[in-house]
Amino acid sequence: MTLDALLQRTDVWRGGRLTAAVKAVPSGFTELDELLGGGWPQGALTEIIMPRQGIGALRLLIPALARLSQGDRWICWVAPPHIPYAPALVNAGVDLSRILLVHPRAQQDGLWAVEQSLRSGNCAAVLAWPALDDKVILRRLQLAAEAGGALGVLFRPRHFVQRPSAAALRIQLASGIDGGLSVSVLKRRGGWVAGPVHLDNSLQTHGALALHSRGTTATGNFRSQWQ
Amino acid sequence: MLLCNEVAQIRGICPGMPVAAARALARDLIIQSRDHKAEQAALHSLAAWAYQFSSQVSLYPPCALLLEVQGSLTLFGGRVALLKKLRAGLAELGYQVQFAGAPTPLAALSLVRCQREQMVEEQHQLAAALAPLPISVLDWEQTLLDRMDGMGVRRLGDVLRLPRDGLARRLGQRSLLYLDRMLGRQPDPQTLYRPPTQFKHRLQLPSEVEHAQVLLFALQRLVLELCGWLQGLGAGVQTFDIALWHRQGRQTSLCIGIHKGSRDAEQFTILLRERLERLVLQEPVISVELCAEKIVKLEAQSLDLFGKTDVRGEVDLLDRLRARLGDQAVKGVSAVAEHRPEYAWCYSEPGHSQKDSSGQQRPLWLLPVPRQLKTRSGRPQLQGELKLQPGCERIESGWWDEQDVARDYFVATNSFGSCYWIYRELSGERHWYLQGVFE
Repeated sequence: MTLDALLQRTDVWRGGRLTAAVKAVPSGFTELDELLGGGWPQGALTEIIMPRQGIGALRLLIPALARLSQGDRWICWVAPPHIPYAPALVNAGVDLSRILLVHPRAQQDGLWAVEQSLRSGNCAAVLAWPALDDKVILRRLQLAAEAGGALGVLFRPRHFVQRPSAAALRIQLASGIDGGLSVSVLKRRGGWVAGPVHLDNSLQTHGALALHSRGTTATGNFRSQWQ
Repeated sequence: MLLCNEVAQIRGICPGMPVAAARALARDLIIQSRDHKAEQAALHSLAAWAYQFSSQVSLYPPCALLLEVQGSLTLFGGRVALLKKLRAGLAELGYQVQFAGAPTPLAALSLVRCQREQMVEEQHQLAAALAPLPISVLDWEQTLLDRMDGMGVRRLGDVLRLPRDGLARRLGQRSLLYLDRMLGRQPDPQTLYRPPTQFKHRLQLPSEVEHAQVLLFALQRLVLELCGWLQGLGAGVQTFDIALWHRQGRQTSLCIGIHKGSRDAEQFTILLRERLERLVLQEPVISVELCAEKIVKLEAQSLDLFGKTDVRGEVDLLDRLRARLGDQAVKGVSAVAEHRPEYAWCYSEPGHSQKDSSGQQRPLWLLPVPRQLKTRSGRPQLQGELKLQPGCERIESGWWDEQDVARDYFVATNSFGSCYWIYRELSGERHWYLQGVFE
């Protein structure tokens, strides 16, 4: 086993990390992984609060989805606001055969589908865009994500910032300079509010980042720890 | 009267009573006439179910089934364990059953006909076990039985005590063969039941049902029969159909899919419940029917004797979502080798995707229908003025199917940092359109 492969393992505890207990999916962005303590928390609910569409919220998640799609579990999209465009997903290295699109007719069905998908254990990640504001439901979704070991991601408009939430991780996005993205952590387990960090996930550099994320993330972290 | 329930018994009604007499005792008596056809169908469906316990099942109408179990004892962990499983399964199906066992088919049938729950293990015990039974258990002609009664022969023990040659002379050679078969002195080959290659069972409901959820109880019984049948065949199904029959031959059809193939009754019931919860019945249901036409081979190692996998009752996510939301609500996506962006993708069956992509930069969101953009002094607007990024991609294609496009595509951003994929038509009014979002 190479050192890289060893460091990729989620059960390897590394000094200087925030929480080693939480399973994390490397996000593909070194700065973000450092901020989140290894990456996106698996078996937990993450809320991404974004001021408007088109600033690259989904792009932030794509390297992790590409990595998860190499496994044998579904990446489930419940009621996406537009059509997830297959050619773009292929370009980003996402294996389309793991994509599951769910289009429920009613909002209640949508939340049911999110909960079932999170809980089933058949999904590596579940993405949803719920407009509903309900503390109890968020709590249920968080528990379902824990039960099923899924990365649950809710994309929420800006006015949800002030609302209490049971999600394990809440981050807020803002569009940064030069098409980049600034990320602040509003809530996380075992840590303080942090950020913002500025990520360059602009279109020009993003393609390259996604393609090399598997190799470079680990070495990047490795250097920052030992230099 | 053939059978009556407890309430009727309290009023003094008992089996064997003429209908008129029973009516005199209880004027509000509800009498259901015996349906021989339904009884026969029930016996057949029970045979199909019982086939999982023995490959040698024989029908003895109107109401007996014969199973050769010697060969199954080791598999099911002995006589007691097998009987327990049979009893539990039949109770779940809603039948009242009597068991009797013996080394020969005729002896077992005789015992069960006199409702003796008795197990005779050895052949030499047979004569003693059968001796107290009345001769009416022999399915011989009535005249013969009457003649024997006249001779003072009332019990099987009396018959067996008679000398053989005299018996042959008085009762005929056939009767002698019958007794020899019963005692195991002669082989008794059986006509074996062959399970059908398709499953189609219908269940008449005792009363009209108006709420879909109530149907689950009746359907569960059919599901158990289905799973028993599948167990006997060593197979599973990927789909089965439910027909809810209304009056005048109208029906509502449902299809349940299990894409991996299964014969787990618990799993089927969960999927059925999801489907029925969403169903609003237009009219009452009088009978339910379950059909399974195509069976699939299941991998044997993952199933134990009762067709359940290790993850018992666990329903695949895909099946569960489809059962509740409908087949059309759950899809996969494919990328298609095609220049026109709106045709460069399609929905596909989850897990089966094509991945042809040109490798060109594309947005993660595509709008179902391109949206025309407002312009101000010739420049496209979307929450402010859109700034076009350098570089333009010209797409001209599709002349062969009259859906041709001729467009210049741009990546554009507004002052809030939102990034869009827009195009301008190269002909006609040269309008600007929004087709994608670089989310």
